[in-house]
Amino acid sequence: MSVDEALVTETGETPEPAGVTPPSHRAPAKTHQRLATVVIVVMSVLWALPVFGFFVTSLRSKAEAEGSGWWTVFVHPSLTFSNYISVLFHGGANIQGGGLFPYAMNSLAIAIPATIIPIIVASMAAYSLSWVRFKSADTVYFIIFGLQVVPLQMSLVPLLQLYSHGAHIGGFPIFPNLNLHGSIAEVWISHTMFSMPLAVFLLYNFIAQLPNELIEAARVDGANFLYIYRRVVMPLSLPAIASFAIFQFLWVWNDLLIGLTFSAKSASAQPLTVQLQQLSGTFGSHLELLTAGGFVTIIIPMIVFFSLQRYFVRGLLAGSVKG
Amino acid sequence: MHLLTTSLDKLLGVLEAVGGFVAILAFLFWLAGKVRGRFEKPIANILLLGPAVILLLVGLVIPAIRTIFLSFRGQYVIGPDVKYVGLANYKWAFTDPHTLHTLVRTAEWLVIVPLVSTVAGLVFALLVDRMKYQVIAKSLIFMPTAISFVGASLIWKYVYQYRAPGLPQIGLLSEVAMKLGWSHPPNWLLSSPLNTFLMMVILVWIETGFAMVIMGAALRSIPDDVIEAARVDGAKGWRLFRSVQLPMISSTVTVVIITIMTATLKIFDIVYTITGGNFHTDVLSNEMYSQIFEEFNNGRGSALAVILFLAVVPLVTVSILRLRKERYA
Repeated sequence: MSVDEALVTETGETPEPAGVTPPSHRAPAKTHQRLATVVIVVMSVLWALPVFGFFVTSLRSKAEAEGSGWWTVFVHPSLTFSNYISVLFHGGANIQGGGLFPYAMNSLAIAIPATIIPIIVASMAAYSLSWVRFKSADTVYFIIFGLQVVPLQMSLVPLLQLYSHGAHIGGFPIFPNLNLHGSIAEVWISHTMFSMPLAVFLLYNFIAQLPNELIEAARVDGANFLYIYRRVVMPLSLPAIASFAIFQFLWVWNDLLIGLTFSAKSASAQPLTVQLQQLSGTFGSHLELLTAGGFVTIIIPMIVFFSLQRYFVRGLLAGSVKG
Repeated sequence: MHLLTTSLDKLLGVLEAVGGFVAILAFLFWLAGKVRGRFEKPIANILLLGPAVILLLVGLVIPAIRTIFLSFRGQYVIGPDVKYVGLANYKWAFTDPHTLHTLVRTAEWLVIVPLVSTVAGLVFALLVDRMKYQVIAKSLIFMPTAISFVGASLIWKYVYQYRAPGLPQIGLLSEVAMKLGWSHPPNWLLSSPLNTFLMMVILVWIETGFAMVIMGAALRSIPDDVIEAARVDGAKGWRLFRSVQLPMISSTVTVVIITIMTATLKIFDIVYTITGGNFHTDVLSNEMYSQIFEEFNNGRGSALAVILFLAVVPLVTVSILRLRKERYA
């Protein structure tokens, strides 16, 4: 069984029926089993408790959040949803402008193109390298594959200079100053570029293994290469595209470093994570807003995670070297 | 209302960009589709591969080479008059006390986080098997993987909130410590080296789920008859694990450790969010960021980026080669 398949069974929605396990698997003594259960329960609670407390605090009033620990809520229950309204639409604390909502929109406006465009560009490249082919296609693939070792930290300074000054050789402009600096485009274009090695690698693995007959048949019917890409390769690659899309969307949504570097502190381009990071300075004075704001950023990945877990795991495994 | 229209405008702008890109591509596809004969293939290849190659060159290859050059130059890089300083930036990185401590601290992260997460993930994967409601338990452990590092940092910063003894506590850690009889705990995030360990906890919290899922899958893929045979020979519990299960998943364990090491090496968000690198908590990636964006010393920042790159190369190489082998095996 390949790791991929194993992962699907691991995270699939259907838990294994007890009968599948051979009887000898359930052999260990009762005390061992009980100890194991205790360890699992303790660990699960430890893992969940910080998130739970954070969530509870986001539902308490300012006075309560600052006056007592969240665990006291069980003795004096009193919950409100108003923090979410305040933090999303009114701001306060350190949030510039009217709340976090515009920043959530920025995050979306960054994550959508930074997910779609890499899929198109990388699947085209993967198809070219695996099916259309040319003499040094394998070398080109290996170079792209190898570029995964370059951390994006290596690119920050030169890219920033490129965005704000263009590129010149001996005073002659070879790349115009596009006036991108501090715009949404700068952030998502950067994400798109950094995603390439992983995207090509993932999609190549899948596209190269599409059944030969389908592509040959289309060729024989007189379809040109580009038509085959649109009508045969793209539709058949959807499972791989889904894995990559989920991974990439979450990666972009959760990213801090690229957003921080390329949004240039301009409120119209900053993603949610950057605002939230700046909020962390207000600990103590606006705990109720901070926790609500934190939960706003968490909620989207959570939804994606719980609804699309199996694709997420596959993407995670393959993409775990990214960054 | 204003809020809604500006947001809509922004999203529409983005859709226009994506739509424009697709439209241009469609037009080029249509145009190139007219070409037949011996140019058909080269033109298709240029069109298909061109965008990816351009993005890679502009976004990764050229900048990375330029960063290497910048690392041999002085600060304030803009303009041609920046002096060539040889290895001075690297010498600084390995002799300046603050930076040297930063590198050592990064190495500590690199050892502790992967080890603890892997052991925790493995223990969990071994014990959770055969349990009732294991789906719930696994989801809880795995959930942090989806949370951003910034979100995770805020969640834990709240756990670590400190207030003087006697005041009502809001941080879970202080409350528990005091209830357990530690009447005067330190101010957690201000006391070194404790603060570094507390931040490592955050990354362990995130990475354990990843380790659990990957190693759980490997454990399951061990054929039942192997386990069966070992049991017949009298191996169970710890011995079964030591002499049968562990050797059979050892290559997966390596991949997990290396993958977490790579993530740990690049860790930036946690330190930047929780302490900003103050109170003796700085790590490589954060120091690089502050050299570039706070000290405006691009030469030193670039040297640190190159050091990071050199440290990452062996790790990523091993893990992608493993991954490749696994896929093609």
